[in-house]
Amino acid sequence: MARALRAGEITSVALTQAHLDRIASVDADVHAFLFVDIQGALAQAAATDAKRAAGERLSPLAGVPLALKDVMTQKGVPTTAGSKILEGWRPPYDSTVVANLRANDIVIMGKTNMDEFAMGSSTENSAFGPTHNPWDLSRIPGGSGGGSSAALAAFEAPLAIGTDTGGSIRQPAAVTGTVGVKPTYGAVSRFGLIAFSSSLDQAGPCARNVLDAALLHEAIAGYDARDSTSINAPVPQVVTAAKSGDVKGLKIGVVKELNGDGYQSGVRTRFEESLELLAKAGAEIIEVSAPNFEYALAAYYLIAPSECSSNLARFDAMRYGLRVGDSEGASAESVMKLTREAGFGREVKRRIILGTYALSSGYYDAYYGSAQKVRTLITQDFDKAFQKCDVMVSPTCPTTAFTIGEKSDDPIAMYLNDIATIPVNMAGIGGMSLPAGLAPEDGLPVGFQIMAPAMADERMYLVGAALEAALLTKWGAPLLSKIPELSGR
Amino acid sequence: MALTFDEVVTKYEPVLGLEVHVELNTESKMFCPCSTTFGAEPNTQTCPICLALPGALPTVNEKAIESTIKIGLALNCSIAAFSRFARKNYFYPDMPKNFQISQYDEPICTNGYIDVEIESDQGPKVFRIEIERVHMEEDTGKSLHVGGATGRIHGAQYSLLDYNRAGIPLVEIVTKIVPGTGKYAPQVAKAYVSELRDILRSLDVSDVRMEQGSLRCDANVSLRPIGSQILGTRSETKNVNSLRSVERAIRGEMIRHAELLNKGERIVQETRHFQEESGLTRSGRSKEQAEDYRYFPEPDLVPVAPDAQWIQTLRDGLPERPSIHRKRLQEAWAVPDKEMAAMINADVLNLVEASVALGADPTKARGWWLGEISRIANDKDVAISDLSITPGDVAEIVAFVNSGELTDKLARQVIEGVIAGEGTPAAVIAGRGIKVVNDEGALISAIEKVCAEQPETAQKIRNGHLPAAGALIGAVMKETKGQADAARVRSLLLAHLGQAE
Repeated sequence: MARALRAGEITSVALTQAHLDRIASVDADVHAFLFVDIQGALAQAAATDAKRAAGERLSPLAGVPLALKDVMTQKGVPTTAGSKILEGWRPPYDSTVVANLRANDIVIMGKTNMDEFAMGSSTENSAFGPTHNPWDLSRIPGGSGGGSSAALAAFEAPLAIGTDTGGSIRQPAAVTGTVGVKPTYGAVSRFGLIAFSSSLDQAGPCARNVLDAALLHEAIAGYDARDSTSINAPVPQVVTAAKSGDVKGLKIGVVKELNGDGYQSGVRTRFEESLELLAKAGAEIIEVSAPNFEYALAAYYLIAPSECSSNLARFDAMRYGLRVGDSEGASAESVMKLTREAGFGREVKRRIILGTYALSSGYYDAYYGSAQKVRTLITQDFDKAFQKCDVMVSPTCPTTAFTIGEKSDDPIAMYLNDIATIPVNMAGIGGMSLPAGLAPEDGLPVGFQIMAPAMADERMYLVGAALEAALLTKWGAPLLSKIPELSGR
Repeated sequence: MALTFDEVVTKYEPVLGLEVHVELNTESKMFCPCSTTFGAEPNTQTCPICLALPGALPTVNEKAIESTIKIGLALNCSIAAFSRFARKNYFYPDMPKNFQISQYDEPICTNGYIDVEIESDQGPKVFRIEIERVHMEEDTGKSLHVGGATGRIHGAQYSLLDYNRAGIPLVEIVTKIVPGTGKYAPQVAKAYVSELRDILRSLDVSDVRMEQGSLRCDANVSLRPIGSQILGTRSETKNVNSLRSVERAIRGEMIRHAELLNKGERIVQETRHFQEESGLTRSGRSKEQAEDYRYFPEPDLVPVAPDAQWIQTLRDGLPERPSIHRKRLQEAWAVPDKEMAAMINADVLNLVEASVALGADPTKARGWWLGEISRIANDKDVAISDLSITPGDVAEIVAFVNSGELTDKLARQVIEGVIAGEGTPAAVIAGRGIKVVNDEGALISAIEKVCAEQPETAQKIRNGHLPAAGALIGAVMKETKGQADAARVRSLLLAHLGQAE
């Protein structure tokens, strides 16, 4: 698309309109979008076309439309984070990611559905209804960023932004047959990202292939003085790596603990096949061990809820968003209580309560304190493993997409879906998921996860590009060409 | 049965603990670029960060860190090579995030001390006050509770919120417990806050205006029987808005505690509010059930790790300690102790010093600041530093008096004019047409007129009764509208009546 735009074969307005038409046609079934900014998108597309006509030098993705996860603030555009408590709120400021997208003339078409405050693995926790997986509308598209990945798979958008706290970019990418990257913590500014768990949240690119993801990665990453945890160093050369795909002599470590029991057979088949292809491409496959990964999930479910219990305290009806019970004589305290009661969904409340408890005096050391120690141990596991290999790999998820409603009453089963993605967030390193094919038993996409050391994000793109090229040769066409056609309306 | 203070201290030993909050005078807030100017229209100095809009993140004001390190160094503290911010979680409408970013178990400065001097029965006595910690945090917004009798949240019909103050940098300075001050406890507490205020002012890190709340003191006090090593239950008095109130609050709480203890009652651990009018405290929030603030390290901010070289540079740049500085000035100016104390109490020492630096004679500068200018400030009930007269104006006035262009009496008119906003001393002199009447002819005709009006008095003087001259000199001064030099009038008058000194 970018090439066609550069060559003048198509205008950004026409390209954007085509995607808006597709959204109008299929989104009633998919429900990837919470808000479509038709006017804003077309205006931005027209402005980009005008710049191109005037001969301005534009960024590689200029004029290409994008879907933005509804957790990012965009000035004047409704931003809900999937929650009733923010329904109708229009932020007065742009997140840094949005500012970077604008600076690159990437056209923002609208806001995508997500689990409320990014808490979930299926997008079923959205206050505005679930998103459906375009591969099978009865199944979940993953979460929390199910809307972004479903939009890609349904050809509603060629690019999307996600955020990943425990796998919210990679798991949806895996179950929708798309590419999703969680960069190193601090690579992309969190300013304007509505916080779930500040020390784990990281925005990243979602796309239909590795190179597009790399181009979007370079567009949104970089130091931001408004985010204290932002990395003050040059962005890794991810586009160069994605174009190269040369893995000769690269050591790829297979994580012993993230395979085997509990992983669906088709997931294991595709994973083994991918390893063989990488070995054929010249990489050396070794096994590495990360003994502390088994505690990652438990520690995650202490740290993330603890931080969220504090981060979500600001939703108190005083300054913005929903306000309930503000009748004559009602106290601020009662308005706060009623608003939070009505505005937050079950999973959000569950995590606020969990986190409040974990931080309480007398319990802090046993829960939050211990979880932080586990976090250190996980980081050490990665450090040790990365002394033996250049990247680590695993299946992204233990299973393919489950059906909507299947796990919504069993939070633990739902949480287990993120068992392979969470360690990456705990250590603050980078992780990518790309399609490894379809599971023979159910015909649904399987994700292959690549993990790279902090600030070495380019290695994921190198390996991802190599695997993608090998699979494309094998299949003869991209995986998404096999997706069933949506009937449209 | 009401106890006297002396009865209290013969039976009980007070233990003090002082927490001082200081608003830093940085141009921007602690975690966002908003202005910190006092007194702006409500909610005009706010942004997505200090209003805690979704997605907004804090970043640390480096100037605030610098000021805090300077405070720590001036209080002889260790500066932590690594310190962290923490979240203090509790819900309150004037706190936008519903948590306050503060420091908890890893403060930036620890283990310091300052020595303070008080006047004891045996002369000057020095007490060492040990500092537990100095840490950074952010101020909350302000609630204005409308309706209801007390202006407090209970009983109010509605509340208005102003977030201008939300996020103003605050430094909290906490002492260790201070035992062993005995009957001097109220004086020691006052001297400590006073010394602290002087140090902060000399560092130029805060306006240190207690009345505006840029320096706030919470005074903790408990009593224990003399000889006991076990600490009693403490109360924490807030809302102590002047140095005098610090002293009164401690004294009042000591008496209140002793009366309860004598009756066999227990002290409730609580915050109390000092009431300026009565000098008594009113019960506030109970602290019997400690609130759980669920502190945890602030994940949005990287730890503060000041460079050792930077700390050394700040240490090298510290100003002279105010108490040492005062001793040096006292010697240089040859001022008696009492006068020195008067200047300090009236808060004019730095003003006098500035006037002297601009060329004024120390004694004369002191006289104006401590006399006429202090009097006007008292009449107007404002801080002397709030008057629109500068050390430069005073130096100019002293120079005019020295050159004979102004008399002391005329100088007072000029001071009044400067304070009234009529401009510089020179401008006031020109504007009011003030000048010393030096014209001998004009003086002599005034003398002749006065002698003609009061012939009997004039005759007394002619007869050698010089004390009677005062009345006629006064009349001449009146006649010349105070613009004559009284000494000159006297000599001309005596000569006119054939007398000499």
